[in-house]
Order: sequence, then C-alpha cells, then structure tokens
Amino acid sequence: MRKLRQLQEVNAGSMADIAFLLLIFFLVTTTMDVDTGITRSLPPPVEDDTQIDIRDRNIFKVLVNSADMLLVEGREGSLSTLKDETKYFMKNPNNDPNLPEKKLEFIELLGEVWISRGVVSLKNDRGTSYDMYIRVQNELTAAFRELREELSIDKFGTRFDNLTDDQKKAIQSAVPVAISEAEPEDIGGNK
Amino acid sequence: MARFRKKKAQGPQRINTASLPDIIFMLLFFFMVTTVMRETTMLVKIKLPEATEIQKLERKSLVSYIYVGEPVRSYLYGTESRIQLNDQFATIADIQEFIAREREARDEVDRKFLTTSIKADQLTRMGVITDIKQELRKAGAFKLNYSSRKAASKRN
Repeated sequence: MRKLRQLQEVNAGSMADIAFLLLIFFLVTTTMDVDTGITRSLPPPVEDDTQIDIRDRNIFKVLVNSADMLLVEGREGSLSTLKDETKYFMKNPNNDPNLPEKKLEFIELLGEVWISRGVVSLKNDRGTSYDMYIRVQNELTAAFRELREELSIDKFGTRFDNLTDDQKKAIQSAVPVAISEAEPEDIGGNK
Repeated sequence: MARFRKKKAQGPQRINTASLPDIIFMLLFFFMVTTVMRETTMLVKIKLPEATEIQKLERKSLVSYIYVGEPVRSYLYGTESRIQLNDQFATIADIQEFIAREREARDEVDRKFLTTSIKADQLTRMGVITDIKQELRKAGAFKLNYSSRKAASKRN
C-alpha cells in the first residue's frame, strides 16, 4: 500500500495547448469590424401637402437621374465639383442676390456670425444607384464638414476635432447640415 | 568559515513556463468577452458603397439593421434586390412592425437612441431605399445610418 501515500498530481503540461486551441478559435471567429456609415436624420412625415415656402435663391437643387447623372442648379454637374459648388453656395462670399440670404446672429462663444439660410435640396430617381446616392451624400457631407472646419479655424484657431463639446455645439448651430430630401417622386427614366 | 564557491555553469538554463497557461488564459478570456458572434445569416449579397465622410456607430446594441441586396441564392429567389430583416426576407410592409419589435426589445430609456442602419449593396436601385426611408419615417425611426466602407481617404 505504498502507492496511496504519494499524492498524484494531474499533469498540467497540456493546459497551455488547450488554452492555445481555444484562443485561436476565438481569434479566428472574432469580427472586429466597426460599423461605419453616413449618419442622417429623417424628417417626420408630413400629413398633407403643406408647402414650406423657401425662397428660390435659398435652395441649392441637386438632382440625380436614373442614369446616375447630376443636375446641379439646372446645369449638368459632376461629383468632383459638387463639394466646392455647395460650399460656395452656402457661403455666398460676394453677397450675390441669386445666392442664399445670410442672417447675422449672436451665438455664444462665437459672437456675431453670418448664418446662411441656404438649403441643399437633394432629389433622386427610383432608378438611381445606391452607390451614386451615397457618393452625392458624401460630397454634400464633406462640404458641410469643411465649412465647419473653416469656421473653427477662423474662430478658435484649431481644427473642429480638437474643440470642446461646447465649442463644437456652437459651430454646429452656426453651420447646420441643411440637406433636405424631397418627397419621392419619379423624375423620368425607367427603372 | 563561509566559503564562496563559484557556481558551475550547467548548460543552457530553461525558462520557467509555468505562467504560460495563465497568460494564454488571460488572452483567451479577453477574446471570449469581446467576441460578437454573427447572429444573422446573410441571405443577400452586400458590397457596401465607399465613402469618406463616415462616422462610427456608437453602441451597437442600439442599432437595428436592414439589409438590402441581391439574394445569395439567386437561382431560387431571382436577382431582384430584396430586403432582409433578421433572418428572413421581408417586404416593405414588414418594416414598421420590425421597427416596433426592435423598440420593444430595448429598454425604455434607450428607445430614443435607436438607430437604423441600412446595409445595402452598392448596386441597389434607390427605389427600394426610398421606400424603406418612407416606412421608417412613418414608424418614427428618424435616426438613420447609411452603412458604408471607408474609402481611400481623399483628405489631406
């Protein structure tokens, strides 16, 4: 009965191997993808045909047809110039009477700033490709982001990302993302 | 009298590997905790469009997904773009109910932060997307995210 006295230990040498195996399984199955995308907020539904009066000079019309072609303010446009055109329209640097009105408003932390009353009106056809739509949205978003960036540099001397939350809010209210999407309707072209 | 004796070198010294399992277990637990298993099986093919002005979606638990794309088994379902909610195909009419159910599943405090993420294939026609958007407006889900991949940055 000598055997009993010796305390037998379980061999733990393979523990590391088992742990490794599990580790590799989880490594492989883990998806580290972060969901990214363009964030938008939809307008609440309108009950009846209430026409909101916006003066024509305040609207920047962007149309995308079923062949993925752009019509910007009545002329054929292209994606490469859309951003700069939008920025120019929103800023209206020369106070052109055909470009949107501006209003002087007092905003905390910024003081008096000119706020553009321009609105980008985006309209697409049912046949437009999603890719094109996202590209247009992307350019428009870029335009507004750059406008904010410029104002931020101008007022605070630093990039928008480096601002405090209050400063960001002030900039956001000075440059609201004014992208309006028209009620859907077919604007020609077959699906 | 004490004597100092030089220790004899005894060949290469072995590193103690007793703590190796512990380290591995630590890593293992990290990955176990962070892993999110894919809950839905994709019934539609999706290649997301590219964009540069993208934002990260915070709080994944408050995001409901709508998938739009060509069915994977196109020999069965055709190549027309279809909507997928959870694990099955759906039609435009199902979206309001889907949003209502997603809302029910969340805490009352969190409901207003619920975001809808549209994951649509880049070749989808806007007709479907527009219909979805209209339904979302009716359902009162105003926070929307067009899921897109990060494009090679044009920013400087």
